[in-house]
Amino acid sequence: MAALATTSSTIAAKPAPRGSGPRVIRNPLWVRVLFMGVAFVFVAGFLVLPLAAVFTEALRKGFGAYFGAFTDPDMLSALRLTLLTAAIAVPANLIFGVAAAWCIAKFDFRGKSILITLIDLPFAVSPVISGLIYVLVFGAQGWYGQYLNAEAPALPWLQQWLIARDFQIIFAVPGIVLATVFVTFPFVARELIPLMQQQGNDEEYAALTLGANGWQTFWYVTLPNIKWGLFYGVILCNARAMGEFGAVSVVSGHIRGETNTMPLHVEILYNEYNFVAAFAVSSLLALLALLTLLLKSLVEWRAQKSGA
Amino acid sequence: MSLFGKRRNVLPGFGLSLGFTLAYLGLIVLIPLSAAFIKASGLSAADFWAAVTSPRVVASYKLSFGVSLLAALVNAVFGGILAWVLVRYTFPGRRMVDALVDLPFALPTAVAGIALATIYAAPTAVAPGGWVGSWLNPIWVDGITQLAELVPWIDWQGWLGGKLAFDRPGVFLALTFVGLPFVVRTLQPVLQELEPELEEAAATLGANRWQTMTRVIFPELLPALITGFALAFARALGEYGSVVFIAGNMPMHSEITPLLIITKLEQYDYRGATAIAVVMLVASFVLLLLINLLQKWSRRYYRV
Repeated sequence: MAALATTSSTIAAKPAPRGSGPRVIRNPLWVRVLFMGVAFVFVAGFLVLPLAAVFTEALRKGFGAYFGAFTDPDMLSALRLTLLTAAIAVPANLIFGVAAAWCIAKFDFRGKSILITLIDLPFAVSPVISGLIYVLVFGAQGWYGQYLNAEAPALPWLQQWLIARDFQIIFAVPGIVLATVFVTFPFVARELIPLMQQQGNDEEYAALTLGANGWQTFWYVTLPNIKWGLFYGVILCNARAMGEFGAVSVVSGHIRGETNTMPLHVEILYNEYNFVAAFAVSSLLALLALLTLLLKSLVEWRAQKSGA
Repeated sequence: MSLFGKRRNVLPGFGLSLGFTLAYLGLIVLIPLSAAFIKASGLSAADFWAAVTSPRVVASYKLSFGVSLLAALVNAVFGGILAWVLVRYTFPGRRMVDALVDLPFALPTAVAGIALATIYAAPTAVAPGGWVGSWLNPIWVDGITQLAELVPWIDWQGWLGGKLAFDRPGVFLALTFVGLPFVVRTLQPVLQELEPELEEAAATLGANRWQTMTRVIFPELLPALITGFALAFARALGEYGSVVFIAGNMPMHSEITPLLIITKLEQYDYRGATAIAVVMLVASFVLLLLINLLQKWSRRYYRV
């Protein structure tokens, strides 16, 4: 009895581990140790070591070689193209996401659940196929190519104009942007739709009743309510836009200094056995990933705090 | 829902936002996707069948589906344990590990591919091998040989005598990496909602901890676990970027289906590439449908 009493008093004195509860619903020590061990090996082998390897390999020949990799003009043009692509794809999908969430969350109409499924479609498609479909539409063998070669096309002035400008889509920047827009299509919408559904329409009705017009209602009532969800969707969308490899690889044509994004540049450098430069460029992308995770966690903790 | 059925909605912008949504969805997603099916329908049935069932293509299906399944299974087991540890145990750095779980979503796949290939590389005459590969590769080669002797009724052909990286196990490593967050993220909220009273009741009624875990907790987690498994499987099936750097890409041996599509495109075999893409698209859509049904099922399940 005495032993039992002391045991229980020490347990009460110590703060109980989060969620562990009373003793009867705790696993034996060896199970806890085993679970923790397995989880750590899994996290180390698949998450920590790859991340550490990127920075170690990048710095293998010292800081001089590391920073030297960033003076390569091809690398700088890859960086510019990646930034340009994200600068077009992210705002485009941001506007789409807000519009889609507005009509889906605020209104009732038939076929809504089908629309939601269709918006998610790009996530189900392999990146390689995402690139392929644009080649089929805009490539030399595709509909666009057929239009350029047509004898009697619709809108002949457009054909003339496109031929005169030599306006290429595949193996050029527009194709890269389009493929990126496709693969990052659902990010903002799928973040906003559940959020706005949960918030309901009452605040917007109040604003309208008090005399606000539609834009004022959106700008001063809806937007402040969804800003964190919006930010969350945008950072995920941006990370994918800057990091996409498969889809962009199919439509880019890999022209150095012209149609290479940063992930494609990593591939070229790696296949040339220029490992330090490949990992140096990778380290920039890894830093972007870490920054994304940090911002994402901060938004999540903020939401938890305000929810509690 | 109002008492009198549908209430008239006075909010503005429905026509504009729905019109823009449908137009953008059609231009970016639906028309290009339908191009694949329209182009494929231009093939005769015999040509289509020949393109999607040639031996090299069938070998790639077997590898892609088989290894994606294996990777999703491993993620279900280890991701399940990781989710449990993250929700139930406290330890220093828990929040960091929790944030790190999303790394496969945030890290570009090409970077993941070359990093994994470097870590798991086997030692060679000129290089010492990667951090893990230098010691794990010999263990793998011995272990798989012994396993093949112990379990002779499974066909181990294609796995024996190979390396970890630049061979089939590399495909598995990359696909496990990309699917890692799915099981953890679908299980975590369910585990958090799990009421301790349930486990206390089981204990009070005389169940030991093993019985509580397997008969009370596990059935509660099962719908979320299956959903996470299916999501990881679907993601692995389409993955390209990380796999190509670590697979070795040997035709008939370690070549995944998405890579075969690219190979056909580079040979200007647009018909062949499109035919395989249609097979993969149909598989993805069936999976998407299945996942939607699963999510509906688990939502109903957890509301009770």
